[in-house]
Amino acid sequence: MNGTTRTTDYLFQVYRTLIAVFLALVLGFVITCFVSEMPLEAFGNFLLGPLTSVRRFGNVIEAAIPLVFTGLAVAIVFQASQFNIGAEGQFFMGAVAAVIVGIVLPLPGVIHVLVCLAAAMAAGALCGWIPGVLKARLGASELVSSLMLNYVYFRLGVYVINYHFRDKEAGALVSWPVRETSWLHQFLQPTRIHWGILVVAAAVVFVYLFLYRTRWGYALRMTGLNINFARYAGISTASVIVYSQVLGGAIAGLGGAVEMLGIHRRFIWMMMPGYGWDGIIVAILARNNPLGVVLGALFLAYMRTGADIMARMTDVSAEMVTVIQGVMILLVTAQAFLAGWRHRIVVREATRRKEVPQSEGAA
Amino acid sequence: MNALLEMKRITKVYPNGVVANQSVDFSVARGEIHALVGENGAGKTTLMKVLFGLERADEGEVFYKGEKVDITSPSVAISHGIGMVHQHFMLVPSLTVAENVVLGLEPRRGISLDVKAAVRRTEELAEEYSLPVDAAARVEDIPVGMRQKVEILKALLRGAELLVLDEPTAVLTPQETVELFAALRNLRERGHTIIFISHKLREVKEISDRVTVMRNGRVVGVVRTAEATEADISRMMVGREVVFRVEKPPATPGRPVMRVEDLRLVTDAGKEVLKGVSFVVRRGEILGVAGVEGNGQTELVEILTGLRPPSGGRVLVDGEDVTGADPGTIRRCGVSHIPEDRMTYGAAAEATIRENLIADRCWSKRFNPRVLMSLKVVAEHGDALVREYDIRARSSATPVKMLSGGNIQKVVVARELSADPKVIVANQPNRGIDVGATEFIHRKLIEKRSSGVGVLLVSADLNEVMSLSDRLLVLYGGEVVALFPDASEVTEEELGLYMLGVKRMTPEEMAGAEAASAGGRADPSDAEARSPAVGGGAR
Ligand SMILES: Nc1ncnc2c1ncn2[C@@H]1O[C@H](COP(=O)(O)OP(=O)(O)OP(=O)(O)O)[C@@H](O)[C@H]1O
Ligand SMILES: [Mg+2]
Repeated sequence: MNGTTRTTDYLFQVYRTLIAVFLALVLGFVITCFVSEMPLEAFGNFLLGPLTSVRRFGNVIEAAIPLVFTGLAVAIVFQASQFNIGAEGQFFMGAVAAVIVGIVLPLPGVIHVLVCLAAAMAAGALCGWIPGVLKARLGASELVSSLMLNYVYFRLGVYVINYHFRDKEAGALVSWPVRETSWLHQFLQPTRIHWGILVVAAAVVFVYLFLYRTRWGYALRMTGLNINFARYAGISTASVIVYSQVLGGAIAGLGGAVEMLGIHRRFIWMMMPGYGWDGIIVAILARNNPLGVVLGALFLAYMRTGADIMARMTDVSAEMVTVIQGVMILLVTAQAFLAGWRHRIVVREATRRKEVPQSEGAA
Repeated sequence: MNALLEMKRITKVYPNGVVANQSVDFSVARGEIHALVGENGAGKTTLMKVLFGLERADEGEVFYKGEKVDITSPSVAISHGIGMVHQHFMLVPSLTVAENVVLGLEPRRGISLDVKAAVRRTEELAEEYSLPVDAAARVEDIPVGMRQKVEILKALLRGAELLVLDEPTAVLTPQETVELFAALRNLRERGHTIIFISHKLREVKEISDRVTVMRNGRVVGVVRTAEATEADISRMMVGREVVFRVEKPPATPGRPVMRVEDLRLVTDAGKEVLKGVSFVVRRGEILGVAGVEGNGQTELVEILTGLRPPSGGRVLVDGEDVTGADPGTIRRCGVSHIPEDRMTYGAAAEATIRENLIADRCWSKRFNPRVLMSLKVVAEHGDALVREYDIRARSSATPVKMLSGGNIQKVVVARELSADPKVIVANQPNRGIDVGATEFIHRKLIEKRSSGVGVLLVSADLNEVMSLSDRLLVLYGGEVVALFPDASEVTEEELGLYMLGVKRMTPEEMAGAEAASAGGRADPSDAEARSPAVGGGAR
């Protein structure tokens, strides 16, 4: 009986997101018409470009992988009603840690990969722990501290790589390559899709189960929904705040490692790569649901890839995607958008069912 | 009769498919006080939200002053002269009374708020309608009774002719209720019309001219108040006879399970809220705490349950010192807590009923057979409590925010009473609960007490504390000013004198009362010696 409304609710969320996407695309097209000599071709490249070759579609998957990690990291912390803009730095430090272990330790095949991943998670967790503890113990805003720490982590990472692991033979500012034993191999030529995809799957399943099927996840969600209530009920909200940040940090750090071992195989970032910020967008699109994060990440990756193709093939720059992205987020997050339409469906359903639902509850 | 308001065939379906109002006809005559009653979840608040433009009806029409009106938002309602005071207050706690009253209509001076004008305007209005308030005080510092008046003044300033009061008396003391009723009668004299929602039928009888009774989203009858008895009305509401008195077997108190010693609290603002409060709660007894709201009850309960540390003194539960411990530790010692404010502490509105019901026991092996939580056990646990406590919802997977006020309260009570506690600290356990459910919760509390649980009952409802408690203490100005070893031998008048600080017992008298009750059902005559009590009290 409850099923019908639950399904309506769910379908509504899906429709609403789709319609928001559609409207944003229409707007994007209108803008393209203004800035481009060849709007149809440009927009066609943007929309369908990623589907035109296996390699391009591979690009979508490759680009989605880090976004899933940072999306998950942000979603966990958001569910505790804490801010998280530290995923950027955590991801970065995870990458640094993985590269160092990948260069330094002589270890056999799979074990080397696992040790790299573990090191990255530890680094990310440590980065998340700091704003968590500052918030729980001292009441320092995690918004500010995690934002500022991003810069600290970034400079620290760049310093370590530049002064201790820099490959002086390479023409650019990059580290030594990591040992081949630490690679996550690419298995689907001609794309660069790599075994990190298994790590992604594991992370999604883990976060989902953690949030919805464990006592710690429960405590985290209750703290997020009403922190007064959680405290009243005996949940240690201070430790929830800390472990949500630690876990988010670990997942983001893991993402940094996977990106390094699967794609670049040496440290190449001398600028912040921006995956942490994108993670916020993905988490919002997914409404902090771990399964939604996968879809959100794929979608954002698809748009980015399409935009790249468009920029390469036509006279429209990739930045236009940012506009579409903005409109979409606005529409998806606007609570009232289409609410009236949804209500009409519900009323129709309720009247069709005829009976008064309350009589179910009545004695 | 001259109908001021007519609502015709109103149907309201909530987004989750609950039909809260089904073809409801509701009419109010000009210049009357019209009571709207019905069980928890009957649809009273919903109907009023439709009237005030907070919810849109799916069908039906509203006629106001004979004309069809389309009330699409509260501001439209206000422009027609309709005002509403909500079940859960909507004042801004950090602003002053005057600022709240003029909010949105601020008298301005340049770009800043003209504070003096606001205070003056508020005081004039308060004077005019004899609704005295402290215009300069912050809302968070004033008692609930005054907040109520502020809400009413707010509506009056906006020109309300028709005033909707959703359960205005749920948290008032008898004195405050008397004052409120005087103000309401005064408003009626001046030509205002009032819709009054309450679960207290005695009040409905006292104040209203006519009553509309709702059940399961429909109107089941309209009667002239003078022509119906309380029993008639409750029969219409519930569809069966309701027993008003709960049988209470005599208490057999055991050893103390909660001991409070010289508890003190000084707020950050330097105000002494508790000045050395001491008492014990024994196994198998209900200790009532009577007192006018704002005499330290809220703070006392917060300290006992770990929500706030005291400035001095000790709290012992079963011999263990839990002073200043966190709520989790205190709960593990066997203390459960029905909080005063269900929306702040009692529930997570966005979470489902079953999730809310495991909040204090989410670590238990029962729900976590291995690493993962068993959703099946959580669901069964929730379903069982929903059934036992008669929580009206489509299923235990419904989010709490979709329940009616009284049903949210039942969720809180169900969780706290099923926690298998040694001590229950209950602050206004029946806030906003209908007659049937009140009877049920009283029975549950007595059942718990008879099985050896100690209950500390704080309530502004004198009837409730007097009929439910075994022993009774009075809190006045942060001090225990009276202790009665047998609550059934106290009269309302006498209690009133202590509550208002007119009388107080000496420490020796109270020690005597303590000693008298320690010996089981000893003769309480020594403590009662100076009491002019006559029979025919509470029971
Ligand atoms: N926002 C909402 N979404 C879904 N259902 C709701 C919502 N608000 C109320 N309901 C449902 O509508 C019905 C009527 O609720 P309403 O609040 O009008 O009851 P009420 O008569 O005011 O009860 P109470 O005396 O407990 O305050 C209830 O079954 C309730 O569960
Ligand atoms: Mg209500």
